[in-house]
Amino acid sequence: MENYNIVIIGGGPAGLAAAVAAYDAGERSILILERDSQLGGILNQCIHNGFGLHTFKEELTGPEYAKRYADQVVERNIEYRLNTMVMDISKDKVVTAMNRTDGMFDIQAKAVILAMGCRERSRGALNIPGYRPAGIYSAGTAQRLVNIEGYMPGRKVVILGSGDIGLIMARRMTLEGAEVQVVAELMPYSGGLKRNIVQCLNDFNIPLKLSHTVVDIEGKERVTGITIAEVDSRNKPIPGTEEHYECDTLLLSCGLLPENELSRNAGVEISRITNGPTVNESLETSIPGVFAAGNVLHVHDLVDFVSEEAAAAGRNAVAFVNGELAQDTEGEIALTVEGGPRYTVPSTIDPKKMTDQLTVRFRVGSVMKNKWVNVYIDDEKVIRKKRQVMAPGEMEEVVLKKSMFENHADAKRISIRVEEA
Amino acid sequence: METRNLICINCPMGCPLEVTIENGEVTNVTGNTCPRGAAYAKKEVTAPTRIVTSSVRVSGSQNGAVMVSCKTASDIPKGKIFDIVRAIKDVTVACPVHIGDVVMANVADTGVDMIATKEVL
Amino acid sequence: MYDVVIIGAGVTGCAIARYLSRYQVNACVIEKDEDVCTGTSKANSAIVHAGFDAANGSLMAKFNVKGSEMMPALSKELDFPYDMCGSLVVCVAEEELPKLQALYENGVKNGVKGLEIVDRAKLLEMEPNISDAAVAALWAPTGAIVCPFNLTIALAENAAVNGVEFKFNTEVANIEKQADGTFKVIAKDGTVIESKAVVNAAGVYSDVFHNMMSEKKIQIVPRKGEYLLLDHNTDGFVKHTVFQLPGKYGKGVLVSPTVHRNTIVGPTATDIDDPEGTNTTAEGLQEVIEKSAIAVKDVPTRQTITSFAGLRAHEVSHEFVLGEVAENPGYFDAAGIESPGLSSSPAIGEYMSDLIAEKLGLEKDPTFVGVRKGIVKAEELSKEERNELIKANPAYGQIICRCESISEGEIIDAIRRPVGAKSLDGIKRRVRAGMGRCQAGFCSPRVIEILARELGVEQSEITKSGGDSKIIVGVVKDRI
Repeated sequence: MENYNIVIIGGGPAGLAAAVAAYDAGERSILILERDSQLGGILNQCIHNGFGLHTFKEELTGPEYAKRYADQVVERNIEYRLNTMVMDISKDKVVTAMNRTDGMFDIQAKAVILAMGCRERSRGALNIPGYRPAGIYSAGTAQRLVNIEGYMPGRKVVILGSGDIGLIMARRMTLEGAEVQVVAELMPYSGGLKRNIVQCLNDFNIPLKLSHTVVDIEGKERVTGITIAEVDSRNKPIPGTEEHYECDTLLLSCGLLPENELSRNAGVEISRITNGPTVNESLETSIPGVFAAGNVLHVHDLVDFVSEEAAAAGRNAVAFVNGELAQDTEGEIALTVEGGPRYTVPSTIDPKKMTDQLTVRFRVGSVMKNKWVNVYIDDEKVIRKKRQVMAPGEMEEVVLKKSMFENHADAKRISIRVEEA
Repeated sequence: METRNLICINCPMGCPLEVTIENGEVTNVTGNTCPRGAAYAKKEVTAPTRIVTSSVRVSGSQNGAVMVSCKTASDIPKGKIFDIVRAIKDVTVACPVHIGDVVMANVADTGVDMIATKEVL
Repeated sequence: MYDVVIIGAGVTGCAIARYLSRYQVNACVIEKDEDVCTGTSKANSAIVHAGFDAANGSLMAKFNVKGSEMMPALSKELDFPYDMCGSLVVCVAEEELPKLQALYENGVKNGVKGLEIVDRAKLLEMEPNISDAAVAALWAPTGAIVCPFNLTIALAENAAVNGVEFKFNTEVANIEKQADGTFKVIAKDGTVIESKAVVNAAGVYSDVFHNMMSEKKIQIVPRKGEYLLLDHNTDGFVKHTVFQLPGKYGKGVLVSPTVHRNTIVGPTATDIDDPEGTNTTAEGLQEVIEKSAIAVKDVPTRQTITSFAGLRAHEVSHEFVLGEVAENPGYFDAAGIESPGLSSSPAIGEYMSDLIAEKLGLEKDPTFVGVRKGIVKAEELSKEERNELIKANPAYGQIICRCESISEGEIIDAIRRPVGAKSLDGIKRRVRAGMGRCQAGFCSPRVIEILARELGVEQSEITKSGGDSKIIVGVVKDRI
């Protein structure tokens, strides 16, 4: 059996950043396993701009951002295998993978970094009634067909869901000659970034109908029409509000789900809220030495933060391999949330294992205006941060400092509370 | 005097901007959290611009790629977006293509080049 | 001139074709769609009923019990997924116990083996998630689950290997009886196919093809059933097929494992007019969710990966119509094949083929090969076997469908074998690529590529399910 100190599952933005950071922390025995034919993951089909403002202080497209990291991997001679599917990860960190040339093979890892990313919620999972003809695509599938293969998946388009990929595809399809008639969003707010609504919808006069959903799909072979309707506060369609659109295509952008089947099989504990592993301050999962970062951990809005998070996971994995990551759980303090946040990543913090600064990320459950995001250690308010607007579609963060715990040797509780201004 | 509400598109923060316009001149911008927001607001109400991203065909790719992604090297007048898409419609570039290679110079007479954003060997 | 033309390539038509191919016969299956198994056969509960339900003395009872008995051996001969997991009919009210007893007695009369009424304690042991209201159940150890796609495909492939032709995309418009007693089958596109005998296995259209040839009219009322299919992570939620005690509209909502480790929940039962009306409805899906709770508690319907609707070819008399049409010798019906049609299919195939052989005086074919090897299920192989396979053909090392772990090798085999796949759905039914939790989001562009390459056509020609179901409608900027 082959041996590597760190095996990274996935060569997308998270996997690449984790590998580079692990290398830079001194580790040389690193292997990236990537299922696609190139490094970079989904960024390769995200040909729009808007990536890298935090990391590189310039606005890059997806492929450019991916290349910057892929180049760093190549410069460091970090090993990677393409077209390689990981089939299984055991709790003892034996990674079973498969490709055309090596067949099925096992690798014993000392540490594993989960960086598999996420997938899109499908039509089936949404239980949209109607026929099941051709012409229904997840936004990401359409993105691949258009951007990588150069094909038009449709001419007249209705989009359900205002996630960023859906908004981006509204513009892409328009620029490639399709007519995007409407974007319907179940929630009373958009799931995507505000700037994408401006430059992908408003620029092209594409209406966004909030609190609307698809109630019927017509067409026995190819989609011929879509009916949308307004929904009430319980997300039930309101009779009499139906609007019919003649179209040949329905794109779905209704949320992303971390891909944790491998993690589950390995026995990693999964959060019911994020659908990603529960992790501590070291981004270590319930299995010691198995780390997670990026969209497999919780779905991000910005790749820059994926890279940042994954780099931390990479460094922590090196510490684990070197025996420098304490494995006791005595000092572990649970992070609790009140007044709005739905979860935090990480979900526990052990101050003694913290780096000087630790970013805690979370999302709120509804749109909130003019609030304070306050962080308490026991009853001491250690951070107060004014937020004009917070929305479920946009990830929030607070940065904890190790020094904040100096006066709290026996802290029992860290809580993030959204409070009235 | 006229006021317009905009969402800044410079970065993902998406700051809500309020722009005051007097006699066609921007006299005040509020809501921005950085100077780029104010600059965006001024430009957006007077001469809005955008980066255009798209893709063109490639020939002779080693690994069978058929498209290479591209973008305008800098922002172009918003009104020219479709002119640019039309201009690159029939462009095919020969591999290898590297990031930054000019796919089409002075695209649609904007004075801006369309450049490749992906390496295709 | 064919000896036999079979109209319809569903499970019934393919079973008749397969059993007929035991004889020296020149036969052809005509199908309006692009593949086998595209109608009722593809959208049902995927159950092999034990046979206790159909009224004693009916054809349904007879063929169900026989079919169910034939299925285990057939699954080995033709290599399709089948699992005799057993079924339970759950009674949730003390006052309905007599009905459960009556069902038991009917089953015994039908000749179903091993039936037993189990009390709540035993039931709870067998199914920990059973409803709190459950008082007892009828246990049928011979109840089973099957892959309806691969059952139909296996029958078709085996028929084809033994010389039966398949004509797809051929919709029959009319049938004329000739003076010499033979038939002219005329397709919508004008093609004329001559045959000595014709078999009507046209599913929801079987009344049309019966009524063309008989004054004794039958009427099919398509009965829609809506279903939810749940993610693999619900594997083991129920271990047996759990039915509710039958009511006026069939067998109620069942909760069952599938042979592919999913959980299936459904169906509804709604009589409709449109024989193509396979759309799901908000009400129907809601009904499935609500009724699923009657016999089993907390069914994880949030784990739904897809929902679908199928149509049963319900004849108003609720009975199979099998045999030769009296006024038109040589014209045979296998009509009104609704549940338990899938379970009955091998028995119907055998019975009908023997009937036709006798009529035409066909001899047994000594070269008949009754065994078929299915597409390799790489997932079930040991690591060593898998590595051998990849060494011999590296395409088995390239995973295309991530959710179901299906390799390029399996997909290529699905295309190249007899009666091979031509569409995305054809691939999906044969090897499950695209049937997983992402519902083909990741793999469909790759499968399109492979299909186009293997079939020697442009990617833009590839369809989801034949006809106008194209996935790609042009190239970028073609209308700018």
